[in-house]
Amino acid sequence: MKIAVCVKQIPDPATPYQLDPETHLVMRPAEQVLDDTDRYGIEVALQLAAATDGTVVLVSMGPAGNLQGIRQALAMGADQAVVVSDPLLQGSGALVTARVLAAAIVREAVDLVIAGTESTDGYTGIVPQQIAEILGLPALTFARKVEHIDGKLRVERQTASGYDVVTSPLPALVSVTSGAVEPRYPTFKGIMQAKQKPVDQPTCADLGIDPGSVGLGGSGQSITAVRPAPARTAGTKIHDEGEAYLEIVKLLEQAKVI
Amino acid sequence: MDFAASPEQEAFRLVVREFAAAEIAPHAEEWDRTHSFPVETVHKMGELGLFGLIFPEEYGGAGADLATLCIAIEEIAGVDSSMAITLEAAVGLGANPLHRFGTEEQKARWLPDLVQGRSLAAFGLTEPDGGSDAGDTRTRAERDGDEWVINGAKAFITNSGTEITSLVMVTARTGDGVSVLIVPSGTPGLVVEPAYRKMGWRASDTHGILLDDCRIPAGYLLGEEGHGLRQFLSTLDEGRIAVAALSVGLAAACLSHSVQYARERSAFGRPIGSNQGVAFPIADVQVALEAARLLTYRAAWLRDSGQDFRAAAATAKLFASEAAVDATRIATQVFGGSGFIDETPVSRFYRDAKVLEIGEGTSEILRLVIARNLGLPL
Ligand SMILES: Cc1cc2nc3c(=O)[nH]c(=O)nc-3n(C[C@H](O)[C@H](O)[C@H](O)COP(=O)(O)OP(=O)(O)OC[C@H]3O[C@@H](n4cnc5c(N)ncnc54)[C@H](O)[C@@H]3O)c2cc1C
Repeated sequence: MKIAVCVKQIPDPATPYQLDPETHLVMRPAEQVLDDTDRYGIEVALQLAAATDGTVVLVSMGPAGNLQGIRQALAMGADQAVVVSDPLLQGSGALVTARVLAAAIVREAVDLVIAGTESTDGYTGIVPQQIAEILGLPALTFARKVEHIDGKLRVERQTASGYDVVTSPLPALVSVTSGAVEPRYPTFKGIMQAKQKPVDQPTCADLGIDPGSVGLGGSGQSITAVRPAPARTAGTKIHDEGEAYLEIVKLLEQAKVI
Repeated sequence: MDFAASPEQEAFRLVVREFAAAEIAPHAEEWDRTHSFPVETVHKMGELGLFGLIFPEEYGGAGADLATLCIAIEEIAGVDSSMAITLEAAVGLGANPLHRFGTEEQKARWLPDLVQGRSLAAFGLTEPDGGSDAGDTRTRAERDGDEWVINGAKAFITNSGTEITSLVMVTARTGDGVSVLIVPSGTPGLVVEPAYRKMGWRASDTHGILLDDCRIPAGYLLGEEGHGLRQFLSTLDEGRIAVAALSVGLAAACLSHSVQYARERSAFGRPIGSNQGVAFPIADVQVALEAARLLTYRAAWLRDSGQDFRAAAATAKLFASEAAVDATRIATQVFGGSGFIDETPVSRFYRDAKVLEIGEGTSEILRLVIARNLGLPL
């Protein structure tokens, strides 16, 4: 089976992000890294590809830079990459991103599209579902386990209280939660091979995308202001007289973490 | 002229650093405290391809150069010398002589598993009666029909008694010369003594070995009969570069721990690092570290480009190991009382460092090699 994995190059999270003072967009250095959360989707894809004698193509949108992040993903074992890189795309919102990725994915004629749940620099968390809608695919979101059984997908979807078991025909789109699998580390051999793997870099024109429909202008949205998050207010103190754990359990339940 | 790493080697360095931080660092203190050898972690290192870096792809390796292995060892040593020496000995003393001198049959049988980190090989040169004078091997092997019968003892053999050790190579007198013989684990007459209690490298596996009428097939002689001396001397030359890399990683870790602590810890109302008495020794560690790193990667480059590297390897190992010992001493001093407590990595580093001046050629033996290379009549 041929699998597309949506991946993103982001500025190294270890360094402070700079925002463009006019557009309020994250400024992107030439050297970007693979979004850590993408590794889970890549791992799921590599395992499914290995089980089905398939291939994995990475699909990405954004300034290609020196492709360091894409090479990191290729070093894990993906076979090739498509990076839609076009100055026209700067400032595109989530929906435009989904349209562009969908246009790139269509060209690859894949059986399955895998994405993370959200990117670490943008956090919109809606691109995978939008891609599915645009491509007319079933969207199996927040998967913590993905299996390919008898030509169908069986997915465990993380929910607030447990997980749902969902099956779906192919083609389909799956978004994978962080921690779903243990992503492999790239080997030195993988890093060396990644150098030689094909990275296609189509422009909007190559994908037949109308230039007016992308970028800041085409997104139908703009960021009008960016404000610092309010400082945290002081927490609540609970004095333990033997029953404090009940209070804590209640708080944790309210926060929906247990 | 430079010994700079390639972009791919730098990318790999970051991967190994991340691996070491996630898979080794959190457990190193416990493994040290309990003297336990973490087989699971060794397998993970195997999956990362660390044991196969310098071996050809036909055996499952990566076909990389020694400098690449040095980078990996350096990064692992940054968090744990025990795992770094496990890797160094498995490759440098175990798989490497087998690959370089073994027959096709021997390589086909043992190398693939060694290269994947599914098994480990050990090299037994040192004997209870002597290590530095390795030519004076007392262990003997006599030919009996289609077999060799080995009798003798070996001391301090790394990786010789793990549950995944597949073989121990031993040097033994055969006729007039010294040969290396491959003794598979479990061979009757091969007695692996209980692990030593050690000052450092506690999670690394070290045993004494007894060979008591130990019989192996004639075909288990490594390469050619009587070539043992030459084989282990050249094995050690490459191993010394890798031990130098281990020393570099340890010194680098001491440096970063020292800098951080000297900036954060306060005494007399100011950071301790604002005293020259604290800051200058740390500056000295930086100087020694850079020099050690250059010597190490220069020796690796000489080896990788097919030039004579024997004296360069001895020089690198001598300087880097002594720099590492100094660095651990300075780091523990910077940490004060905390530097003497088991929970801080620097106290473990201090105990781990000393053996770097002993294993794979003591500092004295290395000076001997270097002095002889200068034409001095030693
Ligand atoms: C943790 C650990 C792991 C080891 N792993 C292995 C292994 O896997 N395989 C293996 O074969 N060995 C291994 N060794 C053994 C190690 O290589 C030897 O301990 C080392 O070579 C020194 O030999 P020795 O202990 O017999 O000391 P000796 O040779 O007895 O030397 C004692 C002292 O005398 C000095 N000395 C000796 N001769 C001279 C001279 N001519 N001039 C000046 N000084 C001299 C030495 O430098 C040393 O300071 C290991 C040792 C340790 C501690």
